[in-house]
Amino acid sequence: MRVKNKSTELAEADLTPMIDMTFQLIAFFMVLINFAQTESHDLVKLPSSQLIKPPDQPFEFPIMLHITQDARVFLGGKDYTAETLSSGLRAELAVARAQDMGPKDANVIIRAHRNTAAGEVQEVIRACQALEFVNFGLRAKEDLGRKGEG
Amino acid sequence: MKIRNKEAPTKTELSMTSMIDVVFLLLIFFILTFKIVELEGDFGIKMPLAGASSSSMDDFDVPITLRMTADADGNLISMKLNETNLGTDFEQLRSMVTSLVGNQAGPDASEEDGPEVEIDTDFNLRYEYVIEAITHVSGRKEGDQIIKLIEKIKFAAPRR
Repeated sequence: MRVKNKSTELAEADLTPMIDMTFQLIAFFMVLINFAQTESHDLVKLPSSQLIKPPDQPFEFPIMLHITQDARVFLGGKDYTAETLSSGLRAELAVARAQDMGPKDANVIIRAHRNTAAGEVQEVIRACQALEFVNFGLRAKEDLGRKGEG
Repeated sequence: MKIRNKEAPTKTELSMTSMIDVVFLLLIFFILTFKIVELEGDFGIKMPLAGASSSSMDDFDVPITLRMTADADGNLISMKLNETNLGTDFEQLRSMVTSLVGNQAGPDASEEDGPEVEIDTDFNLRYEYVIEAITHVSGRKEGDQIIKLIEKIKFAAPRR
């Protein structure tokens, strides 16, 4: 009788290259991820422009206004309209005054959705002007040549 | 004599499964939260309330006005620059602005002295057209360089 003496070896896949690759991918995504986009708002898709350049230096006192397609205005997480915005702006002004700054030192950054009615944006600007804000920034994103998305 | 009957020392193996589980979870998290960074920038507009700065307007005999009309859906129908009809052609707008401004705004023209354009839009015109118009009025890009045309922009009163 034949004696079976073969020891069955467990075939093992070499995991090293796979783990290498996976770690590389994780490192790549970790480096590129940007959590700093806290300025953005889910409901706002900015229009694009070829001439956009990121600001050279951060603004002294920026006030970020997000205007959605249905003309809601978000300031510091609160929901306003062009008519009720002044109460929120007054609160911002109080903060500015505490730092020895006035409405003329503040920069109102307007992040409006690309399909918002232009008149609504103008109404928001008017509301700011009524409180003597002078410096406005109409925010747009860099045009990367992609058209018709969203 | 003692017979050695010891088994060959067993190879201790690291259990990879849990590590790979965690690594894949991390990978999926980062893939899902990954967003290609899009640069954002501002068109700076210095715009005090109408009336307060009327005295500074005296220097300019002909203010440039851009009238933009929209249909019911907010799409741009036509543009008029100082009564010249431009249709919806933004390139034509830019060349007209260049011809109007190009010779007077030299490289040493300061921001305060430059010409001013007033944008007068229909209420429901979509904001992206306004940004498009501001883009074409405020400059053009040649290679990596931006050649500025008009830096002072203001809005007319909104039309309800």
